[in-house]
Amino acid sequence: MKTLKVNGKRIKVDADEGTPLLWVIREQLGMTGTKFGCGIAQCGACTIHIDGKAVRSCVYPLSAVTESNDVTTIEGLSENGDHPVQQAWAELDTPQCGYCQPGMIMAVAGMLNDMPNPSDEQIDAQITNICRCGTFQRVREGIHLAAKKS
Amino acid sequence: MNDLVNGINVSRRRFIVGASVAGAGLSLGILPAGKASADGHLDEVNAWVVIAPDDTVTVRVARSEMGQGTLTGLAQLVAEELECDWEKVTWEFPTPGQSLARERVWGPFSTGGSFGLRGSQQYMREGGAAARMMLIEAAAQKWGVPAAECYAENSVIYHKGSRRKTSFGKVADAAGKLAPPTEVRLKQESEWKVAGQPLKRLDTADKLTGKLVYGADIQLDGMLLASIKDCPVMGGKLVSYDEVAVRDMPGVRGVVKVETALGTSGVAVVADTWWQANKALEKLPIEWDLGPNADFDDAALTELLEDGLDADEAFIGNAGGDIGAAFAAADRVVEAVYKVPSQNHAPMEPMNATAVLTKDKCDVWCPTQDGEAALAGASEASGLPIEQCEVYKTILGGGFGRRGRPDYVHQVVEVAKAFPGTPIKLQWSREEDQKHGFFHPTTMAKMRGSLDADGKLTGLHLRISGQSILAGLAPQALQDGMDRLVFQSLFKQGVAPNMEDHVISYDFENLLVDHAMRNPPIRPGFWRGVNMNQNAIYMECFMDELAAAAVRDPLEFRLAHMGKNPKGAAVLKAVAERSGWGQKDGKHRGLAVTYGFGSYVAACADVTVSGNGDVKIDRIVAATDCGTAVNPQQIEAQVEGSFVYGLSALLYQEITFDQGVVEQQNFHTYPSMRIKDMPKVETILMPSGGFYGGVGEPTIGVAAPAVMNAIYAATGKRVRSLPLKEQLKA
Ligand code: FES
Ligand code: FES
Repeated sequence: MKTLKVNGKRIKVDADEGTPLLWVIREQLGMTGTKFGCGIAQCGACTIHIDGKAVRSCVYPLSAVTESNDVTTIEGLSENGDHPVQQAWAELDTPQCGYCQPGMIMAVAGMLNDMPNPSDEQIDAQITNICRCGTFQRVREGIHLAAKKS
Repeated sequence: MNDLVNGINVSRRRFIVGASVAGAGLSLGILPAGKASADGHLDEVNAWVVIAPDDTVTVRVARSEMGQGTLTGLAQLVAEELECDWEKVTWEFPTPGQSLARERVWGPFSTGGSFGLRGSQQYMREGGAAARMMLIEAAAQKWGVPAAECYAENSVIYHKGSRRKTSFGKVADAAGKLAPPTEVRLKQESEWKVAGQPLKRLDTADKLTGKLVYGADIQLDGMLLASIKDCPVMGGKLVSYDEVAVRDMPGVRGVVKVETALGTSGVAVVADTWWQANKALEKLPIEWDLGPNADFDDAALTELLEDGLDADEAFIGNAGGDIGAAFAAADRVVEAVYKVPSQNHAPMEPMNATAVLTKDKCDVWCPTQDGEAALAGASEASGLPIEQCEVYKTILGGGFGRRGRPDYVHQVVEVAKAFPGTPIKLQWSREEDQKHGFFHPTTMAKMRGSLDADGKLTGLHLRISGQSILAGLAPQALQDGMDRLVFQSLFKQGVAPNMEDHVISYDFENLLVDHAMRNPPIRPGFWRGVNMNQNAIYMECFMDELAAAAVRDPLEFRLAHMGKNPKGAAVLKAVAERSGWGQKDGKHRGLAVTYGFGSYVAACADVTVSGNGDVKIDRIVAATDCGTAVNPQQIEAQVEGSFVYGLSALLYQEITFDQGVVEQQNFHTYPSMRIKDMPKVETILMPSGGFYGGVGEPTIGVAAPAVMNAIYAATGKRVRSLPLKEQLKA
């Protein structure tokens, strides 16, 4: 048994310490907003925040998380789905299939925590998530819009 | 794509009229969460339209939603005819089982071939119009006035004489009990208020918060999770596995042999969590009989495809004039050989399905592009009559053609057989998804063109050698052995009704397009854009080569053969003009034009190639004439996305085989474009009216050739095979 702080709540989990956080969150906590895409840190569909920093949870073992870490998933990014990134995404109707978008939104929100007004070059370097539907044009526009909002 | 395969012209079906309409208040299983009225009561006006007492309008959409926006577009069309308040519109998926029980009242569920909207628009608009007439009739009967004196606007029905009014929700129940009208008049596009507008999608909100439940996210009480390995070589079989080695691993509940009627053969581990199941599967000792394709590799493939380039026998897809005479009289003959490899769809959500099987019922939850094929698969795999099976569709985490196949449905039902009554979710790993795709067919092409002394193109021979999708998936659809689909966007006009959406863009005096079918042991499938993709590369890159050989401007060179294709010429001219074609501004541009899935499309790409061969795609101007634009902002999204799909294939993607096994097993070796690769895409929408063309696929056709031609403009080097990878590196 281990206690985690997820989206502001303390939750007990019972899983092997080697289990990636992705599967702890999806299967133990039953929160399915965080997606499985590749399992090898390539696609970013599983992106969450640990202490406000974006990480790829499919390769982040439970053993690396401590009780004092703040784990944030897409479900906890904002109370009413109105984080500036979510607002910008809604305004531009960014998602297509939407499967990559929780990870994309978390990656972008994580970047904006450190870099409130990123240039296009910074976006290119920071956002490496894969979107097979190809929403990148609106993702880029959305990042600039979210930066203005926050 | 099934519509295309079967040659059914679905747009002609008018089955609202006279279709059996179940009683009002029919309650349906799946509703988007929180969208039902407070007491859960919904009144069905007809199969398409359900109106709750609070005026909420639920439009039923049978086609699948995988990001392409069909759901919203079709709802707009129904709302337009219904005259309802768009703010009150929501949606639901009817199930294939319900459809079957109601004489297929919702028509085909299959969602492919860019048919989702254009294949359903006629009968769904009729459905909306019929529902409006029934609502008006119900109000008129209540008031004791002729229906002709009443009209509907924004979900309210008015009586002209008495100024009485009522809302849809108040008469929906009575309307549902009326006989449907025998004739409906549809609105002209010029009268549209809701359709044709760049409205927001209906399914966005839950995609931003993680609330949307995809197939991979289904959770049922007592559910167990399964991970599977199918024989890594096509045609091979599972021989044995050592269950003892994993039986005591944490969470493991069982190991199941999974052989399906589709010929797949593998093994699944079932456990309390997927992570446990997959861990155990990785440890499971498995013995395979790899079968006859265990030495298949790239060299064998190349040999097979090259053999067809000059073969005597070939199926003819388009022929006119006298190609032999043209070549004999030529001043110069230009020749080039091109190659397009296999590619995987790789939707972001790997294949999955969930099933509960009991002795008299089989329920399946899955992301599928063809609910009816999934239902048939559930029945076949379970051995239960189809009436005892049901499929609940989710929104797909990408489809691109892959999810039209029901293989994973068969598999999950086979696993569920070992756990009667227990919900089983089968989730493929990404590696499994890469190995067991239905890959974009691989072909080569030998192009020969004859020029006269004035640089005029006098003859063209386009020989395709390679794989046929139909031969692999639906041999019954071949015609005397020929696969017409191979000739998408090159087919002759006026020969086959179901190929009219895929005819050639040019008029050539002497032409031969033929196909030497060579089928390697690779499972082919419909991959977004299908055969248009490589055919447009072959045609458009070679037209560029011919223009260069003739020392003519590539735009003028093309237009010289487009006199009979004014709409194709119009989109081509539009991109040339917007992109600054012909300007001496140091930019390197490439053009491409094609016709596919019923739409005319063109692109102009502008690229920068660095000294060490790095290609940067700076800008794409794309034009599409899809006839009718139902939701312009969603069409733009599809066009933007189609370039990512097509250019990912150009830049990075190929599936190759070593000893019969796919070599690219995850995104590190099968890369896909990321935001840094994304060019600025400018979409020109120029719907000319009078028809409905597809949107999800057509512009993929021009993505790669426009960039390949721009690379030539920048470097003088011809790229003739995909992917580009390191080809330009010194
Ligand atoms: S699932 Fe974690 S990066 Fe792809
Ligand atoms: S929206 Fe479908 S993968 Fe990104």
